[in-house]
Amino acid sequence: MNTKKSKYETVVGLEVHVQLSTKTKIFCGCANGFGADPNTQVCPVCLGQPGSLPVLNRTAFESSIKVALAINCDVQEIVKFDRKNYYYPDLPKNYQISQFDMPIAYDGHLTVPGEDGSSRDIGITRAHLEEDAGKLIHDEKKPFSYVDLNRTGTPLLEIVSEPDIQSPGEAYQYLVILKHIIKYLDVSDCNMEEGSLRCDANISLRKRGDKELGSKVEIKNLNSFKAVRDALLYEEERQEDILSEGGRIEQETRLWDEKRGITSSMRSKEGAQDYRYFPDPDLVPFEVRSGLVETIRENLPELPVKKIERFAEQYKLDKKDIEVLVSERPIADFFEKVNTECNNPKVVSNWIQGEVMMHLKDKATNIEGLGLSAKALAVIIKLASGGTISGLAAKDVLNTHIDTGDDPEVIIKEQGLEQVSDEGELDVIVNKVIEVNEKSANDYRNGKVNALGFLVGQVMRESRGKANPKLAGDMLKKKLERK
Amino acid sequence: MGNKTKKKIITAEDVRYVAKLSRLSLDEDKIGKFQEQLDGILGYIAQLDEVNTDGVLPTTHVLSSMKNVFREDELRESLTTEAALKNAPEADEHFFKVPKII
Repeated sequence: MNTKKSKYETVVGLEVHVQLSTKTKIFCGCANGFGADPNTQVCPVCLGQPGSLPVLNRTAFESSIKVALAINCDVQEIVKFDRKNYYYPDLPKNYQISQFDMPIAYDGHLTVPGEDGSSRDIGITRAHLEEDAGKLIHDEKKPFSYVDLNRTGTPLLEIVSEPDIQSPGEAYQYLVILKHIIKYLDVSDCNMEEGSLRCDANISLRKRGDKELGSKVEIKNLNSFKAVRDALLYEEERQEDILSEGGRIEQETRLWDEKRGITSSMRSKEGAQDYRYFPDPDLVPFEVRSGLVETIRENLPELPVKKIERFAEQYKLDKKDIEVLVSERPIADFFEKVNTECNNPKVVSNWIQGEVMMHLKDKATNIEGLGLSAKALAVIIKLASGGTISGLAAKDVLNTHIDTGDDPEVIIKEQGLEQVSDEGELDVIVNKVIEVNEKSANDYRNGKVNALGFLVGQVMRESRGKANPKLAGDMLKKKLERK
Repeated sequence: MGNKTKKKIITAEDVRYVAKLSRLSLDEDKIGKFQEQLDGILGYIAQLDEVNTDGVLPTTHVLSSMKNVFREDELRESLTTEAALKNAPEADEHFFKVPKII
């Protein structure tokens, strides 16, 4: 690893591709979705048939402006599309519609927290909109490859960072922050397994203090944030070994091999690729009026950094609690809705982080899919904190409510879960427990305070969880200390 | 064509390079011919360099008055797989087939 003592410093830049989750593709009305049967979401436009005309999807355009604003970029006034020419069968037109010199946005930054609690701004060079390519499937035994063009034309936003990132760990953090923001904007699933978020990394080393950048290596085939970090760690070490032995770094593209934990050289193409960009005559330019940008800006949701600050101030919760609550926007929204009903932030936070998240995990669903309304949870919390039901019973009520959808109050009545806080009713049970558990009772009388917990537990059991445990404890104490 | 200046815009090397980018195999004896032709075309276009364009905004599109052509994000019916694959030189039931590429 490149420790502080190393003679070299690491320079990393990341290119992130985000598939926008519009209903349809960027330039045609075919469905934009993952997992359909091959070549069922294609039309003359995305197949590149002669005579077809691409027309830009307004939502894709506006979604990219949203992202650009959220990562502090300057949205450009005039935006155009260009053809990037290359031959590869995943691209039926032999060019990709992309943006060359007039992209959606330039000059942004992301504030990325470091391990030591400080944070740094990582520059963002630009963000541009383009179409995704199709998918190739290779059959090892056969002399051909299969092409599925469903993905062709999926709107793709490419976000290019400045070479400002100084370590593999920082690259990882940058990705976490970027993904968090994009998820909040609700414009992409950011699902790396399904390829809706992809990342290539550029890394070079230079002597500490040098101004000039060293030769960079581009790493591809990074299928998770962890892979990005691991590949960069590997590459950092490999380059340092070469340099410290007086060697030279070859400028090339390398592939990350997850299983073996190494990068290896992709056969380098002769000369640099010449994409011969030129303006796409099929698409007229786009003028982004400042009114549109301002409207989009005003309608941006509260972003994670702001939300964290507000939660700390408004709800006085611990940093740890806040981190979990804001990890996903629907969870944060749910927390706030529940809390509006019962105004007890810490308790609501505990319920969400405990029971609710357990149910989400068990059912492998999200908060919308759980079938739990904020109101219902607030009712349960209020009944528990008001002493109508015990904490244990409250969990049962929640389980039943999630399974059946029945009203919490109805469940409590039907199952007779209402807590017994009536001394008269408890008296019989408490007496019985003392009688049956004579040994523990005597232990307590002889000064073994721990025995009380056991006895309270017995009261709870005897009352089938309905006894008010605090009351039961008080009554036991009174009775045992009397004699 | 007003190609009086003898300095060639296109070299033989350029012709080989463009042919390669276009995936065309070109016999050596054709290089001179294409060099001449491409040079003629570019020389013709180069006449535009003589026009004074001070104060003229760069044109990114011939339809200079037209901009912001959008479609709404609404689903339209796609082709059937059968129709999509119909003109492909090689295909099976579901996929286009191409010579193996890795």
